[in-house]
Amino acid sequence: MKYSALIFSSLFRKKIRTVLTIGSFAVALFLFGLLAVVRGAFNQGVDVAGADRLVVINKVSIIQPLPIAYKERLLRIPGIKEVTHANWFGGVYQDERNFFGQFAIDDATYRPMFPEFVIPDDQWTAYLNDREGAVVGADLVKRFKWKLGDRIPIKGTIFQGTWDFNIRGIYQGKRVQDDTTQFWFHYKYLEERENPFWKGLIGWYTVRVANPDDSARVARQIDETFANSPWETKTDTEKAFAASFAKQAGNIQFLILSIGAVVFFTLLLVTGNTMAIAVRERVRDLAVLKAVGFSDVFVLTLVLAESMLIAALGGALGLAGAKLLTLGGDPTHGMLPFFYLSPATTVQGFGLALIVGVVAGLLPALSAMNLNVVDALRRV
Amino acid sequence: MVRVDGGGNGSSLVRVRGLDKKYRRGSEDIHVLQGLNLDVDAGDFVAFMGPSGSGKTTMLNLLGGLDLPTAGTITVAGDEITHLSGSKLTQWRARHVGFVFQMYNLIPVLTAFQNVELPLLLTKLSKAERRKHVEIAMEVVGLKDRMHHYPRQLSGGQEQRVGIARAIVADPTFLLCDEPTGDLDRKSADEIMDLIDRLVREHGKTVLLVTHDPVAAERAHVVLHLNKGVLFEGQAAGDKAGAR
Repeated sequence: MKYSALIFSSLFRKKIRTVLTIGSFAVALFLFGLLAVVRGAFNQGVDVAGADRLVVINKVSIIQPLPIAYKERLLRIPGIKEVTHANWFGGVYQDERNFFGQFAIDDATYRPMFPEFVIPDDQWTAYLNDREGAVVGADLVKRFKWKLGDRIPIKGTIFQGTWDFNIRGIYQGKRVQDDTTQFWFHYKYLEERENPFWKGLIGWYTVRVANPDDSARVARQIDETFANSPWETKTDTEKAFAASFAKQAGNIQFLILSIGAVVFFTLLLVTGNTMAIAVRERVRDLAVLKAVGFSDVFVLTLVLAESMLIAALGGALGLAGAKLLTLGGDPTHGMLPFFYLSPATTVQGFGLALIVGVVAGLLPALSAMNLNVVDALRRV
Repeated sequence: MVRVDGGGNGSSLVRVRGLDKKYRRGSEDIHVLQGLNLDVDAGDFVAFMGPSGSGKTTMLNLLGGLDLPTAGTITVAGDEITHLSGSKLTQWRARHVGFVFQMYNLIPVLTAFQNVELPLLLTKLSKAERRKHVEIAMEVVGLKDRMHHYPRQLSGGQEQRVGIARAIVADPTFLLCDEPTGDLDRKSADEIMDLIDRLVREHGKTVLLVTHDPVAAERAHVVLHLNKGVLFEGQAAGDKAGAR
């Protein structure tokens, strides 16, 4: 491009200032990248939730159980195709820092309910044939360097004692954001071994509706069916359930948006000021360009291009830094399994940087465009 | 043939009629140029002298399409420029005018080559063609070996030569030189005037030069004097007083 020398050379007029401005973009976009990753990690359940799945929990709280007898009654409600259930086990593997979710699942119904988790058939059969069998996510296997056949002791916290499991299957996620840090085992094993209090109780149901557009009605009908019983229910779409679960950690979305907005507004002021100074300093040069025959629009574009170039360089640096930092995956060892800067977020961040670049450069660019050549050439 | 009486024929390269320029400063009207007439033929070398504030630079700005007159017309190579829109005037400048400034006005972050290349960026020339044109212009001003130096690495005289190369590289219709030796020592000033002289004699350029320097003005074919907004052939009363 024949004008590249004009654009690039301006950046080297005040090298330190340029580096600092690029640096401020880099820091802002680095922060944007990290905040987006944290937000994504908290909302991972929301993003991957099935549109046709509802979650039925105890109306009092998710930690209160529901009777297993509800399964048949749920299946009788019009619009419900499938029902499965699971329990939160809450055990500790070796150390409390090694957190991951363990679920006692209903073997017959859990796998078809979550087709996004893929397990080879032979491994699933091996799991079904072993009372102490477990199926674990690929990320978990990688994290603890497990392999098929390993015996894993888990110390119960809700359910007392040490529970030994044999890894019989490893599941993968169909999508990159699918959670592959779970640990599944037989509900029957839990029921058989646990004390009588827990017999016939499960943690929550997941049901599949025949028509997702009918979800609201089905959810209402489920809750009405079990109203005024000792185990009243609260039914939500899986997405809403995941969102309310994420909100338990506080309004992360609002927090992240607030921080992001403040950072970008500050960046806008810093860059706008820098570009205004840069234009003021070379009023004469811009006047010469106009005298030589460059149009007002060219001068406007030149200043905007400089501003966008700074934004692009800083944005790329910051996002690259965020990507590098998140390559290692979840730094919390299980609390945020989906710790990943997606290409879509990267593109969003880069676009945002360019928009800030344009907005910040607009006023200085307009003042450069409207520069009076005669007056500008008189200035010393 | 240079005339200031408005009697030139239609073949003049530059034809100015009844040129007026007024500025308003506060409540006061300042009449900088008053009904100027001027005819300059192609290949003429005209020097304009006059005391500070006499309107020399204003006249040059008007002739170069950087400013618009309050009244009157300027016609250059058959184009009347006084009624052109801002963007048309910009295009016209690119095609017809080469400016040489007192303070050189080179862009400090560009090399001499890049500074000289600037007017060519507005043309459809290829990169190779632009390079060739720049090399020729730099050779004409005797600085081909300094093409990749930055302005800060050049002396004042050399900077002004680069300024002249920038002014001639696109082969404009005429050169407007505003005190091109005003910031130089005698020796450098003489070298610059030699160069301008050569551009007129050997390359047939038309040059309109504003200067305070009588030695520089002597090189011109015709010296015109501007005083209180009025153009004279020969020395004006104010200039004589200044000379004494």
